[in-house]
Amino acid sequence: MSKGRFGIHGGQYIPEALMNAVIELEDAYNHYKDDPDFQRELTELLNEYAGRPSRLYYARRMTVDLGGAKIYLKREDLNHTGAHKINNVLGQALLARKMGKKRLIAETGAGQHGVATATAAALFGMECVVFMGEEDTRRQALNVYKMRLLGAKVVPVTTGTATLKDACSAAFREWTARMDDTHYCLGSVMGPHPFPTIVRDFQAVISREIKEQLWEKEGKLPDAVIACVGGGSNAIGAFYHFIGDPSVRLIGCEAAGRGVDTPDTAATIATGRLGIFHGMKSYFCQDQYGQIAPVWSISAGLDYPGIGPEHAMLHDTGRAEYVPVTDEEAVGAFEYLSRTEGIIPAIESAHAVAHAVKLAPAMGKDKIIVINISGRGDKDCASVARYRGEDISE
Amino acid sequence: MSRIKDAFSHGKAFIPFLTCGDPDLETTETAVRAMAAAGADLIELGIPFSDPTAEGPVIQAANERALAAGITTDQIFEMVRRLRKDVTVPMVFMTYANVVFSYGTDCFLAAAAEIGMDGLILPDVPSEEKGEFVPACRAHGLDLISLAAPTSADRITRIAGEAEGFLYLVSSLGVTGVRGEITTDIGGMVSLARAANPSLPCAVGFGISTPEQASAMAAASDGAIVGSAIVRLMERYGRQAPPYIGEYVRSMADAVHRAGAAARGESPGCAGRPGPG
Repeated sequence: MSKGRFGIHGGQYIPEALMNAVIELEDAYNHYKDDPDFQRELTELLNEYAGRPSRLYYARRMTVDLGGAKIYLKREDLNHTGAHKINNVLGQALLARKMGKKRLIAETGAGQHGVATATAAALFGMECVVFMGEEDTRRQALNVYKMRLLGAKVVPVTTGTATLKDACSAAFREWTARMDDTHYCLGSVMGPHPFPTIVRDFQAVISREIKEQLWEKEGKLPDAVIACVGGGSNAIGAFYHFIGDPSVRLIGCEAAGRGVDTPDTAATIATGRLGIFHGMKSYFCQDQYGQIAPVWSISAGLDYPGIGPEHAMLHDTGRAEYVPVTDEEAVGAFEYLSRTEGIIPAIESAHAVAHAVKLAPAMGKDKIIVINISGRGDKDCASVARYRGEDISE
Repeated sequence: MSRIKDAFSHGKAFIPFLTCGDPDLETTETAVRAMAAAGADLIELGIPFSDPTAEGPVIQAANERALAAGITTDQIFEMVRRLRKDVTVPMVFMTYANVVFSYGTDCFLAAAAEIGMDGLILPDVPSEEKGEFVPACRAHGLDLISLAAPTSADRITRIAGEAEGFLYLVSSLGVTGVRGEITTDIGGMVSLARAANPSLPCAVGFGISTPEQASAMAAASDGAIVGSAIVRLMERYGRQAPPYIGEYVRSMADAVHRAGAAARGESPGCAGRPGPG
């Protein structure tokens, strides 16, 4: 079995031309990950620049309203740039700088990872190019503007379905053409080894903090941790330090779009099967001939036909559960959290909120649920309004 | 000796590629016959994939056109079966790992062998992941073609050592597509490969479109591979493309064969194929 495996998943299914680039990245990462200077520098960036640690907030009104388990919200939405994406980007940008790279490229769906990458590039004085599906540049015009404001070049991708997977393919193609001075700052726990491991390690700060913060507040472990899953970076970050605690249920919420029984879905575990794509073996939405399926979700950030290989393994072993959540449920939860707690979550994170709303009433009052609010919802107001039949201009 | 090595046994090989089902399989079938008649030594048949990450815009668009027309792997197998009634030139499939894996790797290779294919090229499967596909290829007698890139550096020795059929040398960084000039040290890559595996033919692809480029690349190696330039003819002429493709392949194959004759010390035009003018 080749390197970077999670059970049968993972690996390095990429063109030969890219092999030395991923080997160089792996060597650099292995060198710096345990380097105290690198870790000190990263921690300082995370704390002073990104605003970590993020709060673990007791959602009292939501808890009372649902009448069951106690609900805590991990406030990744309060990070600089408004989402968990900055955790990984600061780590990778720092690593890229140590490797002598002068240029960052990235894919983005909702634009959160693109904005985070453009931010880190501005901070480090690096050149930045972000690939974004043309369809998504329309859905997330505000984030396109932000990236340009931060000095990045945004390349609209028109091939295929013109969404996240095509942006990802375009970024891989660009990296194949130019790797000497360029680091591909991949935004999720996907792609070829070592990306799923690197991104997970940089996002694992989320579960490390949850564990410490909850211990301080409640003196115990949570009973369930709930996060949304596209590629799965915020979810693996929220799960990672609980994987060895079997009493903690780990629940990933997939974007079911218009429903798992319709073609308009992005729920990979519910509707996909084993395949090889974007550098990894994992589960993918695909047809009988292995053609990657066009997927749908109201959330551009979850609109991806695959799932990270470590999640695929956690599904195989049963350690984590993956549940589909529809657009309708997510929009409902988006509105619910806004009204109940005065927190507008990203539409991605709203998928996790929606499942918690279903789960909490069935759990005892002595139980604890932690929901990872992976990002803030400002970017989604226009599209949720549109979903409700209201046309607002941004 | 596999039929693939046969392609290189009488000099330098010209290897054209096209995407099956662009614009339809009847046109593909006619174009393949035209390429075989025009002197192609080995033909690469692309099975379209929804997300061909190693391809440039020309072949990406061909993949999209073919899939939009509803082409499937099984229909392509049937086309090959028809071709193999009279076309004897060696043929290999070029596609992406998921097309083979999702079909069932063993089922795919059993079918490919049964219809008379000789090998398989998977641009998203590097040497590290070959183990996924090699056993089924061996079991059914197909060569899994290895690729080496300008960035492979010292990896070329290992890749060439394990390679079967021929070694596909990627001429330039990046994806497939026509390039004005090729600056990679092809001669250096070929020397490394030959030192590791003296009996292994090396053919150069990515970026070649003119007879001059093909001739130069073939002179530095054992053959030239051309894809995007042919697919562009298909894009331009559609169902009328096969004669244009035949004509183009003849000019390219002649250039490559003359390079072969020159390498053997024969005078140009003496390789049994008349040169133009």
